[in-house]
Amino acid sequence: MTLLPFCEWLAATKWSIALHESFYMYPLIESTHVVALFLFAGTIVMVDLRLLGLAFREVAVSEINARILPWTIVGAVVMILTGVLLFYAIPVRSYQSLWFRFKVVFLLVAAINVWMFHRRVAKNREVWDADERPPRAARASAVVSLSMWAGVIVFGRMIAYNWFDCDRPQSEFVYWLSGCIVELADA
Amino acid sequence: MSWLDVFESLEQSGIGLVIRESLWLFPAFEAVHLLGLSVLGGSLLMVDLRLLGVGIRSRTPAQLVRTVRPWLVGSLLILIGTGVPLFLSEAVKCYYSFSFWVKMSALGIGLLYTFLIKHPVIRRGTGSGVQALIGMLSLAVWLTVAGAGRWIGFS
Repeated sequence: MTLLPFCEWLAATKWSIALHESFYMYPLIESTHVVALFLFAGTIVMVDLRLLGLAFREVAVSEINARILPWTIVGAVVMILTGVLLFYAIPVRSYQSLWFRFKVVFLLVAAINVWMFHRRVAKNREVWDADERPPRAARASAVVSLSMWAGVIVFGRMIAYNWFDCDRPQSEFVYWLSGCIVELADA
Repeated sequence: MSWLDVFESLEQSGIGLVIRESLWLFPAFEAVHLLGLSVLGGSLLMVDLRLLGVGIRSRTPAQLVRTVRPWLVGSLLILIGTGVPLFLSEAVKCYYSFSFWVKMSALGIGLLYTFLIKHPVIRRGTGSGVQALIGMLSLAVWLTVAGAGRWIGFS
């Protein structure tokens, strides 16, 4: 199964072309995407530092969750809205971007980690809520979170570089990973 | 000697040259710059949200300033440590970029504001009205730094 036909259809829509060719709109959306790191990644880092026992040790984990995670969600909404628009502006190249694919994989692992934390790890939170150094499972969650989100940010930045683009000579392995169409690769 | 001359000789410096000649050094510094930006954002927000009355409530702003200080200073060092080489590799482009000058002015104001006004005012303690004001000013100036910084890439 490939989503390429869908991406090609998206790329041909009026609004996608308009966004792609816009002089201010695209940069404005991308800048918003980057500046939202302040809110989204910034609050995630602070919550994870608390879970690792490296900062805010005197603040209960439940308070950090209740007061800071809503801001993370606001940041996530901004990230998703701007991110979807950025993809919509350049669907085919993004879909066939190695970096974009890495980013999506890391994003999925990060999301599963969030779900696992709230579903499993935080289940007995009352027991360690005030602990300066939360139990190993919570600290592991924080390490996975920090490394996955760091990967998402780094790969996201790399999408802008065309080293592994399908229209450049690549190894068979990269063609396969990026889902390049052979005809395009030969061109 | 004009500013442009200075920027031109900076661009010819060893570090600038090494980065320009490498395929991946510039992107690598950019990526670490963004990671630093995330930590900076968190360190600022934990205090600013508290000042605006929508953050951690069980600690005073002064206590939060003390808690975030190593992360604030550490992230600033990472941002400067990666930002300076990025600048050196394309100093002349920066000279002609309006965004670059906006960013650097905002950065200067942001640093002076944070360490000479915001933190001393917080340490002394003020009413909630003033607190909200200094929190808002902090967010405004640092968001300008980040936004104008990204815009350098579009010029």
